[in-house]
Amino acid sequence: MTASLETLDRRIDERLMGAFGEPRDARLYRRMRFIRRFEETVLALFEEGLLNGTTHACIGQEADAVGLMEHLRDGDHLFSNHRCHGHFLAWTGDAFGLLAEIMGKPAGLCAGIGGSQHICAPGFKSNGVQGGIVPAAAGIALAEQLRGSDGLSVVFLGDGTLGEGVVYETLNLTALWQLPLLLVLEDNGWSQSTPSSLNLAGDIAARFTAFGLPVVEVAGTDVLEIEAAAGEAVAGCRARQGPGVLVIHTYRLCHHSKNDDHRPVEEVQLRWAYDPLVVHAIRLDPDERTGIDREVDDALEDCVTRARRL
Amino acid sequence: VIYARALGDTLRHTLEADPRVVMLGEDILDPYGGAFKVTRGLSTDFPTRVRTTPISEAAIAGVSAGLALAGYRPIAEIMFGDFVSLCFDQIANHIAKYGAMYDGAVTCPVVIRTPSGGGRGYGPTHSQSLEKHFLGLPHLRVVAGSLWHDPVTLFDGFLADDLPVLHIEHKLLYPLQVATNGDASLATIGRDGSRGFPPTVSIRLVAREDCSLTVVAYGYQAELARRVLERLAIEEELFAELLVPAQLSPVDWAPLERSVAATGSLLTVEESTGGWSWGTEIAAELGSRLFGRLRRAPSVLASARDVIPSAPDREAETLVGERQIEAAVREAAA
Repeated sequence: MTASLETLDRRIDERLMGAFGEPRDARLYRRMRFIRRFEETVLALFEEGLLNGTTHACIGQEADAVGLMEHLRDGDHLFSNHRCHGHFLAWTGDAFGLLAEIMGKPAGLCAGIGGSQHICAPGFKSNGVQGGIVPAAAGIALAEQLRGSDGLSVVFLGDGTLGEGVVYETLNLTALWQLPLLLVLEDNGWSQSTPSSLNLAGDIAARFTAFGLPVVEVAGTDVLEIEAAAGEAVAGCRARQGPGVLVIHTYRLCHHSKNDDHRPVEEVQLRWAYDPLVVHAIRLDPDERTGIDREVDDALEDCVTRARRL
Repeated sequence: VIYARALGDTLRHTLEADPRVVMLGEDILDPYGGAFKVTRGLSTDFPTRVRTTPISEAAIAGVSAGLALAGYRPIAEIMFGDFVSLCFDQIANHIAKYGAMYDGAVTCPVVIRTPSGGGRGYGPTHSQSLEKHFLGLPHLRVVAGSLWHDPVTLFDGFLADDLPVLHIEHKLLYPLQVATNGDASLATIGRDGSRGFPPTVSIRLVAREDCSLTVVAYGYQAELARRVLERLAIEEELFAELLVPAQLSPVDWAPLERSVAATGSLLTVEESTGGWSWGTEIAAELGSRLFGRLRRAPSVLASARDVIPSAPDREAETLVGERQIEAAVREAAA
């Protein structure tokens, strides 16, 4: 593949991310739909036997990344975890690069070495070991502070990650040094196969406030509510040039990785009523929504077609 | 000048020469200046770049990783080598991984310094040489300071390179005078090595061809081996070549192979517990490369496979010392 084609492939596809100036409600819906359909596509490609290894879909949690990304900008840095596709796609829009990576192709983001959970792009990294990325994100925040730049370091954690000791070491350091670090905790109620009730004592927000870290908390899957909470958390960090926490109580509608869901069927079914796409879709004209759905599907199909040729 | 001072001067040099250098560690602020005083004076002169941390070794390593990913050159101090176990996830799954797993898109050149080893009666959890557990980790350099390796040269090399480094400093080296070329010692001090590696130092009293043994040792054990070999050479005309590599992993095989090929016998000396060790790896590799050219099977000397007692007499029985080295040299030189 020539360099120019490569560049073309990596160009942000407006059908996935929205054209400049697209109204907010449409843009938010489009990006959530993009992430949803990307995850479904990856799972389908697994079924087809085209992918190997593993993947952790974020179906049900799309609103978190999409809402937050409304408030991040060039110069910020994101550090994500095993469930990183939504964060990455909302930040970069690079569906082809990620798909090629998961397919193990040299054209992938990390030449196929990283796979689904170890990816790197400008302003973005992810790693698969729980907790360990949190001090690294704090180190990036320290670098921003030493440079005197106004970049914000953002790190994504899950409720399960709260079992890791290094998280608390980092919370302490972050508060002591007032690092420009935003911790985004996505509490989806389940740590792989184990419910929070068996994993998590006490209160999530209290863990952060104990260190003097300001917490913004939001419960639900409405992207507008999450976007507003994220706006408050990010603005707080930027104003203080210091740390903050965004806790989002959400739900994972899919399995942990692949075919490994033993949660009560009724519980999951109930939660589908709060599917973030459904919650937000009512704000769009049905024709507009159908149009977006079609554009996203077309764009992803193009991606898959190109990736299959690799 | 003693090793601790030479090292402190080196750290000061790195701070002066490279604005990207940031130091993190527990209790490294003045007036205390670190548990072993290596960083004394630095926080006074570089207050924003020399930072004391909570007792959080994993976070020290992890924050260093982030600094390095963001273009800084962190040099972290872990107060005791025993506590490097608390950094293992950061080193193995993060620091040493980032560059390779992102296909070279980033580098993570963290330097972690740590005082290691026994001989001071600190007991089971403050006396160990745990560096063997880090040997062989891909994309990590493990380097041990010695009296014959100028720390300025070593650290300039770390800062010029993009790989992370675990730098081992044996506590008993700190009060010893560093050797300079043209020392009062009777020995000839030579340097050999491949491109990209710190030199392996060669110490001998006679020509290599007249040595009946190659002894390979690092850190403080290298100094103990030098004392033993000098005594045996003078008193008994038993001649061996001592090789002191700075870099333990990856190994620069060429200088070791050249010497052992000439002497026909190999003895490795290290302070860590015996088995699955630096010495066993060297013995296996050189035994294979020089099969048929060795007079005898390679010998590996390491400490007892036990906890390190606090009581001085019992500690001395557990760790490799001059007595054990002398016995092993006699056997391997035969």
